[in-house]
Amino acid sequence: MKCRVCREPAVIDLKRHNANFCPEHFTRFCRDQVERTIAEFEMIAPTDRVLVAVSGGKDSLAVWDILMDLGYDADGLYVGLGIGEYSDISGRFARDFAAARDATLVGIDLTEDYGYDIPSGARAARRTPCSACGLSKRHLFDRAALDGGYDVVVTGHNLDDEAAVLFGNVMHWQTTYLGRQRPVLPARDGFPRKVKPLVRLSERETAAYCIVSGIDYLVDECPMAKGNKHLGYKEALNEIEVRSPGTKADFYFSFLRRAADRFTPDGAGGAEAEADADADGPGADGSDADGVGLRPCERCGAPTSAEICAFCRLLERAGGHLPDGVAVQVGQHRDRPGQDAPTEDVVS
Amino acid sequence: MMGPVLVRLRNPNREVTMPGPVLVSVLLDRLDVNRESVLVVRNGTIVPGDERLADDDVVEIRPVISGGAT
Repeated sequence: MKCRVCREPAVIDLKRHNANFCPEHFTRFCRDQVERTIAEFEMIAPTDRVLVAVSGGKDSLAVWDILMDLGYDADGLYVGLGIGEYSDISGRFARDFAAARDATLVGIDLTEDYGYDIPSGARAARRTPCSACGLSKRHLFDRAALDGGYDVVVTGHNLDDEAAVLFGNVMHWQTTYLGRQRPVLPARDGFPRKVKPLVRLSERETAAYCIVSGIDYLVDECPMAKGNKHLGYKEALNEIEVRSPGTKADFYFSFLRRAADRFTPDGAGGAEAEADADADGPGADGSDADGVGLRPCERCGAPTSAEICAFCRLLERAGGHLPDGVAVQVGQHRDRPGQDAPTEDVVS
Repeated sequence: MMGPVLVRLRNPNREVTMPGPVLVSVLLDRLDVNRESVLVVRNGTIVPGDERLADDDVVEIRPVISGGAT
């Protein structure tokens, strides 16, 4: 098997591209794919300050590495989730990568800074661990980006992630979520811009990028993710992909080209999408509903469609506190401590 | 004395052996592993599907799907 570019021995075959690559040209291929994605979707301007959400896994380290190679001013953000040894090891991979590349890694520790961890927080809030984790990370990424003066938050979502989410949303016709599934979420109403530069690379490709680039990453997955429904979607899609290479990419990018606009508020399916948003309230992923009527959370100031944002409601149930040590209790408004407690329990 | 190809798998961690020589693609088929879901790694290097593994080779079948097993 020869490299498509230089005819030297190849280490990876990419069926959907009908191409094989040696390490050097595979690395270049990955960078080109990311560069093309950033340009096509206008994700990052050359002068932007970039904050990369880093988990210690292959995707986040790969995208951080590629962005730095492309010349972006990119810092990392690692959130310690308190998931036992898994968090200890993942943090070590993130810190080692940052040290090796002399990069800045911002750290947040849920247990130390907010007084809860994902396992206990999920139980207390009666959420799945993945739901509590996703909600926490989204809030903390937003906050860290705004507090740190970053222009854009980068996440390591890859083609398989996006195809699996799309598959799930189509299977259940989650029209509101279909309207939101874009590789770029523009900044608005106190939310930073969020982008996914890896959407043209599969998981197999990001893992291979790390190996050929000498990036050590945490191979073992989060122990709390076992049984995650998206894993089943990914396996189903890979069964199709191996028989029909290119199906995942076509599924996702054809959706973006031909269908996504139909589910946005401005598109053909806008009225339906808005109605669904109203009916659904907070998203199935635990986020506050997008759309009209955002206002500052009365406790933390984050934009929310409710009086108290979803993160602060989680914090309350988990017995946590905001970073300044103020305990969050039912009815206690952080910025108006003298007020009477509301008569309605805002925890849903 | 030569031994078989030693194959290390994850989720759960386990080892299996297979007589060499054997193509990587055949190895994955015999183990019923979807090639889209893994990389095969030998001595820190990715081994492509058409590579022939010899007796005494030690390879890792590394899952690439976030969130679960191979």
